[in-house]
Order: sequence, then C-alpha cells, then structure tokens
Amino acid sequence: MKIPLSWLNDYVEVADLDIGELRQRLDLAGLEVGSIEAIGYPGAELPWDPERVMTAAVLAVRPHPNADRLVLVEVDYGGAEHEIAVTGAPSLYARKGQTDLNLKVAFAWEGAELYDGHAEGFIKARLKKTQIRGEPSRAMVCSEKELGLSEASGDIIYLPDDTPVGVPLVKILGDYVIDFEIKGPFGHLQSVFGIARELSALYGRPLKRDPLATAEALGLRVVSQGDAFEGTGFVDLAIADAKLCSRYTATMIRNVEIKPSPLWMQMRLQRVGVRPINNIVDITNYVMMELGQPLHAFDYAEVRPRPGTAQPTIVVRPAAAGEQMATLDGELRTFDDQMLLITDGQGAVGVAGVMGGLDSEIGDDTRDVLLEAANFNFLNIRRTGQKLKLTTEASTRFGKRVDPELTLPAAARAAELMRDLANATIDPVVLDLYPGKPEKRTIVYDPALANRLLGMEIPRAEQMRILRALAFDVADTGTEWTVTVPSYRLDVGLPVDLVEEVARVWGYDRFPETLIDEELPPLRRNHALEAEEHLRDLLVGLGLDEVISYSLIDPQEEGRLQSEPGVPLSLPGACVVLQNPLAPERSLMRRTLLSGALRTAWANLRYLDRVAIFEIGRIHYHVSAPDAATGETGVAEPRHLSMLMTGVRNPTWWQGGAATAEKLDYFDLKGVVDALLERLGLTAKVQWARPAVGQCHPSFHPGRCALVSVGDRALGVLGELHPRVREAYDLPEQPVLALEWDLEALLEAADLADAEKRIGWLSPHAPVHEDLALVVDEALPAVTVKRTIENAGRPLVTEVVLFDVYRGEQAGPGKKSLAFALSYQAPDRSLSDRDIEKLRGRIIKTVEKELGAKLRGG
Amino acid sequence: MGSFDELEQIREQALVDLTGASTTAALEAWEDRYLGRKGEITLRARTVGQLPQENRPAFGQRVNEIKRLLVQAYEARAEEISHAELETRLATEAIDVTLPGRPVTPGHLHLTTQALRELYAIFGKMGFEVYEAPDVELEAYNFDLLNIPEYHPARDMWDTFWVKETGEGPSNRRLLRTHTSPGQIRAMRERCPEPIRVILPGKCYRYEQITVRAEHQFYQLEGLAVGRGITMTDLIGTIAQFARMFYGPDRTVRVRGSYFPFTEPSVEVDTECILCGGKGCPVCKYTGWLEVAGAGMVHPVVLENGGYDPETWSGFAFGFGVERPSMMKYNVQDIRWFYGNDLRFLRRF
Repeated sequence: MKIPLSWLNDYVEVADLDIGELRQRLDLAGLEVGSIEAIGYPGAELPWDPERVMTAAVLAVRPHPNADRLVLVEVDYGGAEHEIAVTGAPSLYARKGQTDLNLKVAFAWEGAELYDGHAEGFIKARLKKTQIRGEPSRAMVCSEKELGLSEASGDIIYLPDDTPVGVPLVKILGDYVIDFEIKGPFGHLQSVFGIARELSALYGRPLKRDPLATAEALGLRVVSQGDAFEGTGFVDLAIADAKLCSRYTATMIRNVEIKPSPLWMQMRLQRVGVRPINNIVDITNYVMMELGQPLHAFDYAEVRPRPGTAQPTIVVRPAAAGEQMATLDGELRTFDDQMLLITDGQGAVGVAGVMGGLDSEIGDDTRDVLLEAANFNFLNIRRTGQKLKLTTEASTRFGKRVDPELTLPAAARAAELMRDLANATIDPVVLDLYPGKPEKRTIVYDPALANRLLGMEIPRAEQMRILRALAFDVADTGTEWTVTVPSYRLDVGLPVDLVEEVARVWGYDRFPETLIDEELPPLRRNHALEAEEHLRDLLVGLGLDEVISYSLIDPQEEGRLQSEPGVPLSLPGACVVLQNPLAPERSLMRRTLLSGALRTAWANLRYLDRVAIFEIGRIHYHVSAPDAATGETGVAEPRHLSMLMTGVRNPTWWQGGAATAEKLDYFDLKGVVDALLERLGLTAKVQWARPAVGQCHPSFHPGRCALVSVGDRALGVLGELHPRVREAYDLPEQPVLALEWDLEALLEAADLADAEKRIGWLSPHAPVHEDLALVVDEALPAVTVKRTIENAGRPLVTEVVLFDVYRGEQAGPGKKSLAFALSYQAPDRSLSDRDIEKLRGRIIKTVEKELGAKLRGG
Repeated sequence: MGSFDELEQIREQALVDLTGASTTAALEAWEDRYLGRKGEITLRARTVGQLPQENRPAFGQRVNEIKRLLVQAYEARAEEISHAELETRLATEAIDVTLPGRPVTPGHLHLTTQALRELYAIFGKMGFEVYEAPDVELEAYNFDLLNIPEYHPARDMWDTFWVKETGEGPSNRRLLRTHTSPGQIRAMRERCPEPIRVILPGKCYRYEQITVRAEHQFYQLEGLAVGRGITMTDLIGTIAQFARMFYGPDRTVRVRGSYFPFTEPSVEVDTECILCGGKGCPVCKYTGWLEVAGAGMVHPVVLENGGYDPETWSGFAFGFGVERPSMMKYNVQDIRWFYGNDLRFLRRF
C-alpha cells in the first residue's frame, strides 16, 4: 500500500520530520515500510534542483519571429526581470498573442537536469543555453515527463492558480511515497487516515482534520428507516441478512459533470497506484484510499424499480445458486447461494464488496449517481473473492475488516468532492440502513498484565497515555481499568491486545535484554536425531556427499523406477497426492528416495564424472484416517537412507595410469556399506540375501542386488541399477550403484548392537596366520562360508579375511575356490602347533559337513 | 729385524689405503686385505710362532697394537662412508613435494545440515532441545489451533499445498506444513504441564512460484519457550544472544512491532546488515537491517490450545528460515541450488 507523505500531511503534520527517522518510527511500531520513493527530493530518480527548477507564472505568449509552431512566453520566476522562453506546448501555442495571463507553471533554468521530453523512455539531459530558431533560450516550461511525474509529454504541467512564484518546485510537487508492507489483517491501517491516526499517537500530534465530521458539516439529513422516507426518496433499500451486510448507506448526487479530475487528485491517485479514469470514479477511489471505505457509484438511470413500482430499489441479498451477472471487467460470473449480491428491482447490479455490474457502470452520459457506502462481512467477502478468483481493492479492504462506522463519513466526503469537482448537487437526504450496528466493546484490563508479559515495568500513567492516544477510552476503575475499544480497532479484543498497543508505542527499542530466569524443563536428549547426525558424519567420512532433495515429486517417477511395466515397486501405503500442485512434476509426496538420487545423478553428470551421494530424509504415505482430536495425521513419515554411486572410481591423478579409467562398480558401494556396518557394529548381524528369481526389487539388476536385513527386520536393498531404469533416467552406460534402506530399522539395529557390545579381552600374544582355500558350490554365498568358519573357530579365530576367489579347472565345474586368511589368537597364551592343528581340523570338518566344502589341495 | 720394519710398512700402507677407500665395497676389500682371515695383519700374527723365542712377545704385542689401531681406523672410516653414502642416497631420493597427493575423495555435509547443526549447537547452549514434527499436517494444527480460522485474512500469509482427501470430513483436512509452528501445539500437548524449551526444525512447503529467491520447499527453525514467567525481554535477550553467537559478537539487534496470529504481542527482530554493517546496501534494501526472526509472546488462545492456562503460564516463540543466513553469508545467488543439489555448489561447503 503506497501512501504519499503529502497526503498524510493533510491529516497530521509530518512534513517537518526527517524521512529516515519517520521510517524508523513506523517500522518500530509495526507499520513496516517496504520502501520509500522520493519524488523531486534528493534520492529521487530525478531530483529537482531547488535553485534551477521552480514555480513561475506565464504572463504573456508572443509569436516566435522565425517559427510558426513555436511561441515565446514571458515568464515571471520571481527574479528582478522576466525571462523569455521558447516553447511549442499546444496549450500555450493556443494562447498566442495573449498578454494578460497568470498561468502557474514549472520552470527550469539552464543547468537543471530533466528528462528529455522528446526521447523514447526516460533519458536524463541537462538544460543548456542555446538558440532555437534564432531566439536565445536558457530556460523552459516543463511537462510532466520532463519532471519524471508521468509519461505525459504532450503538454506542459499547470500548477494551481494560488501557487507562489519563484519557489523551488520540490516544495510544491515534491513528495515521498511510502510503500507500507503491513503484515496482518488490519482494516484500520488500509488508508491515509488510518496511518495518520497512528502517526498522531506515535508523535503526540493532533489530527488536523476530522473526516468523520463531514456529514454534519454538509448538513445532510440521515434517515435510517426506509418507511419514514416513503415517497420522498430516490431509492428503496433493504438488507436481507444483517450478518452479511451490517450497513448500507445510499447517497444521491445529481447533475454530475463527468470530466477528468484535477491534477492534484490524478497525481495522488497515480502515486498510490490507481489509474485515473474520470472525476466520479476517481473520487470513489480517492475516498477509499483516504478513509479506507470502499465505495461504489451506480449510474442512477440504470438502477431499475421492482415491476409495478416507480422507485428504483436496492436489495442486498444472497444470490440464488446459479444466478449470473456480468461484472465490470466484462466477465459473466455465476454465483452460489452464499455469495452476497447488490440487486435492483430486477436483478443483480453488483457483487457485494467485490465488483460492480457492467450495466450500471458510470459512463460519460451519466447524469445522476447513486453512491453506495456499505459494510459487508469480511469472511463472506473473502470467501466470495476466493471462489470467484476475483480480487479487487474493495474486496481486499473488506477482507481485512472495515469499520462499519465509516460508511456515512466516507459517503459525505465523496459527495463533497463530487459537489466541488463535478459541479453536482448533493441530495440533502442520506439513506442509511444499519441493522448490524455492533455493541460497544470493552475490555477489563489490568496494567500489571503488561509488566508480567513484557518483563519490564511500563508505568500505569504511561500505559494510560498510550491507550488514550490511540483513542481507547480508558476508565480508571481501580486496579483494573475498563477500556472501550474504538469502533475501527476490530483487531483488538483481548487484554493481551492492549499489551501489544502499549508495547509498540512505548517502543521496543527501550526494552532491556534478559535471559529466561526460571526452572529448566526436564532435560531430554533427542536420540533419534543424534543417531541420524552420527550416520551423516560416517557417510561423509566415507566420501559421500550429502544431498537433500524435493519431497514433492513427479507421479511418473515411480513408474520410471520400474524395469518391467507390469512389475510395480512394492512401496508402502498409499501415496500422498496434492490437491493443488504447482506443477504436475511436483504433485505427490515421495515414497522412495531413489528417484531423487537418480535425478541428482543425472543433473550432476552433465558437469561431473563422478557422483557419490547419500540422502537421509522422510518418505510419506497414508496409513489411516486423520484425526484432529488426537493429532493423528494418518500419514506415516519414516526416515529413509539412500546412497548412489556412479562414474569414475579414481579421480584423475598424475600416477593414476590405467586406474583412472576404471568405473565404480557394485563392490565400491558394498565397500562403503561394509565400512558403515562395521562402524555401527552390525557387520556380523546383517543378513545378505540374494533375491530369488522374480523377487528382486524391480529397479535393480536381478543378479547384482542384495536384500539386507537384521534379525527379522528388513533394512532394504543394495545393488546395481537395472539397465532399463538407468536408461529411463537417461544415465550413461556405466554401473549405477544404489541403496535404499529403512533408517529407523538401521538405527534401531545399531542401538541394539551397541547395547549388546562386550569387549572381553585383547590378547597380548602375537597371532598366528594361516591360509585356507575351500572349494564350494558356485551358488554358495561367500559370507556364509566366512561366517561358518568364524562360528567353528570361535573364540580363537579372531579374523577371517577372504583374499581370493578362483574359478577354473582346479576348482571344477560349478564350483569356486574361496581362499581365506585366518588369524588365530588366544587371550592367555601363545598358541601351540597342536592347538592350531586341532582348530583347523574342527573348521574343516564343519565346513565339509555344513557346506559340502572341500579343502583345496587337501 | 726386517719383520718389524715390514709390520710398520704394512701399517703405513694400510692407513694410506684406508683413506683411499671411499665406498662400502672398497672398505670391505680393504678389511679383507688387512684384517680378513688371510689379511696382511692376520698373516703376520700367524708368523709369531716362527720367530725366535725372545722376539715373540714384542712382535706379538706390536701386531696386536697395529691391529687395534687399524680396526679403530676402519670403524671411523666406515662411519664416514656410511654417512656420506646416506647423504648421497637421500639427495637422489628428493621429490617434488608440491605434487598432488594420492586422491582421497572427501564427502560433504549439505549446507542446510551444517546450518541446522550450528543452530542446534547455539540453542542447545541455551537449553533448547530439538523437537521434530510431521511434514504432512492437519489443517487444525497448521492453522486453526494457531488462532488462524478458515477464511481468516491471516491465512493469506501462507500459500498452502493441500492434500487430496478421499472422503474425510472437512475438520480433518491435511496440508503440507507451511511453517514449523504447528509443532508448537504438538510440543505443548505432549509436554503439558512441564515447562518447555524446544526448537523445531523442519522442511516447510509453500505454494509459491519458484524463483532465485523463492522455493516451494525450504527449512525453518522455530523456537518455543513456555513457563510461568517467560517475558518479552527474555525473548529479546534470547534472540540477541543467538544473533551475537550466529552473526558475530558485535551485532546490535533491533526489535520492532509486527503481526503473527499466534503471538501477541508480535515482533520482528533485525540485526545490522552483515554485508554493509548498517550503512545500507541492496541486500538490506538500503535499510541497514536484516530480518533475523519473527517472534512474539505465545497468544493466549494458542497456549490454551496447547493445554496451558494463560493466566499462570506464558511463553515466547520465534521462527526463521534456515537458508537465508547462509545465502547472505556466502553470497548465494540462487536458492534453487540448495535442493536442486548441484554438487558443484554443495562441495564448496
């Protein structure tokens, strides 16, 4: 909301304040200023030099001796002599030969910087002494464009007749336009007057003008009963539902002369961002900006009576479902039965509080104006605006609650302006139906509450002063006060609201800092988060980059992860789908982290030759019905872990040689996972299963994929991506290794492993090393052989490391040879040959019996 | 006594030869020649028996003296040679110590994780525990219980993603949380009647067109303190402490009035612009101030919805975006780099 300082100054004296200080004060009081645009003043796009750009009077227009289209004007700029300037301004040219003039203009001397009125766009140029068709020229009369006031360059700007001559123009037309970014639904701050009222309280300066007294000043007779007015009026008026329309004030303005509004009004409207149209429409907008009350002007000739009666009728009523009307913007609108309409005797003429109807629009031939100033229920207006997807200045204001007391003063102010600017006559009777007049609101307030909540003492007298300055009526009734809330403070209803008023006007800059000085809550650790953060550290330590991807994904992602169209991913629950997505590709909540990992890989492989990433994040899926009573959302949000590796194994290095060309493969990711499991104490507890035929995760290579679990709890999958999925994500032809695990399961297993961990002994004796090569069936997993050896050799076998896998003649068809390096060690002694022989015998016997293994070469 | 003369000649010759031996191999040859099993001295020693009886002791003694002398000389020479040889070897083993080391690929924590950890650490010092709440929220928790009823204009402050519902009543509508504030209600309902000091981090979502400055997904951090005597000055002190720990010890903060439906009074806390130090620049829109947090005293309606009687309890709450401070600190031009996961960006941190 933009408000010119000059307009505020009509209501409260602020012109003398430093603009920076004013801004600070407004900000601190919660009237946030987004920006301030200077016009003419230093800091403006085009500052007007006070010495060189000034007011002046054109006294005479004489012909140019050498040019038909130009004239010479004699100008009084307040100096000792008059200046002669050359101009082609059409309105001056038209006065060629006149010598008894006194036209107030903006006048610029050589050296002044102005915009070039003849160039496209806004190009700055410095006025130079020159000759125009033989006549010397060192000054000029200015157009709006040359001053940067608008794009209008066709003619010069005229100032009001009472403008003094020889005054810096900036004093007359200069301004600051303050753009407020006030948070919150504050109807009372949506106007020049509303802000002026705040400034009056903040600076302790009186209001210069009370717009609420205009109706009295005009001598208008207010009639609030339709029937008491029978036969003498201009309209029949009825309100169907006082809850939706608390007040309707109708004023009759007759014999209006439709024309452009004067410069000062146009300029103010432009500065607040409203396009001037004609005097009547401009006045309704002007008063809305000034007082915050939206107004609507009907062409009275288009307001129809009920069939069979003579007098036009206005009825405010909810629409019939399906009722239609064309709004001012030319759209045909269809209404539901909760939307409020302004209707005449025969149908809708406006959407209450939102937009008028096309048919009763003010036009050039409008003679009489029926002026509506009404108050509508703010929630209903907001609902209508949202349903119709129609937002207007009026609906925005009504949606932030407008004081119902404002209708009459606003109508009177508009009528006054129409009288003055459209040569109209005001009908002396104003019809004012006010069925929803609110009760006076009072709050019982104990000033001690402010001290309790603020943590500092603001004296009672100061609190009272502040509240009264803000127009609260405070009755000092003892410890507690009875505070009557001004009608326009619709945001204030609780004692704590008064605390805020006191605090913000007192000034937060005067508040001291303290730290909480009371009992600590019971201290708890967030174990789940600590474990998660620990895992992040481990994975970063293992060389992976952390990513955080979008939770909202494309519905096609799940399909893209399928290698066979008919084989869906087995994802938990039902998808959480958005009702109003920004775009289809962000329309559902992820149930898997894989798509994010693959997207990230794809995006980064455009720039990088290696991607090794992990993500820890939530997946989301429906599990039950929501229940607001218990707070149950019905959506499960377990944490998952994903990893992805692809690209070159070894970065380019000067000794890298052939290894630089190697690509990451399954065992790179497996190595990271092995190390991770080791750090989590899970190496021995994890089960690795090769999926049975048809049981593989559909995104993975069926022969290069492991299903991992601990106890009876599945962790998830790990493997090389299925080539079709890799292609679906447009990834290069190289192994893409990925993993997705249930983080909750992993961390619980790690917790348990930690709880069960017992160290026992560390032997001071040197271990004995021995190699053991076993020939087993090809299908037998290596991990099974390793664990069988460990079990059989417990507790003296301290390490079993696979160092060779051999397939070939010596192993035999369908067989492989696994070579393990074993370490033997006892806690209390060096092992003898006999010990070792015994141990070896037991191991070999066990693997033969349990796994059908044969000692190679044995 | 020619043999004595000979002995002395051998001694002299041996010492001359030793000086000439400059490598380990030459030294070994020298040892062989003089002190070895068939060396000159050894051979001379053996001839003692053939000498006349009376000469034997003197000769033998002399042989031994010369041997000892040569051994000493040999050892000294050996030490010299080995030292010289080591020097030579070390000289030839010199490398260009500036060559790149064998690559180890380091991983990187996401910038947001790093920012969150910093925040956890700072607020942890002040006794705030991390409390997490769901991403998919009930409308009631995100709005109504926070004093933002349906169609209320305050709702305009948040553009909301709604979850497509299938049949549940209107009171149970769900959405993607637009802020971390619903966690206030969850924390209060879970902890009541204990005093509370928590921070609530999390992903939030807004129906916003995505630009370099705005994302539909971002992180927020909320703080909530509830107790029997929590005050506005406590709030100001807590945020000022935070600002000094986070932005630097010399920061001044300013507090100004604001509006949030779930706090009353509501304030906004600013700190001097970290880029221009308060002089005014494009980042702070020439105000010299940057917004640190929106905050306020917990609205009595919200306290009540959380189970706390506002007559005896009070609380403060604050909240801010997690990405913004990093963006300012590191001059990050585009917020989409955060969750678009451009590794060239993430690896810089």
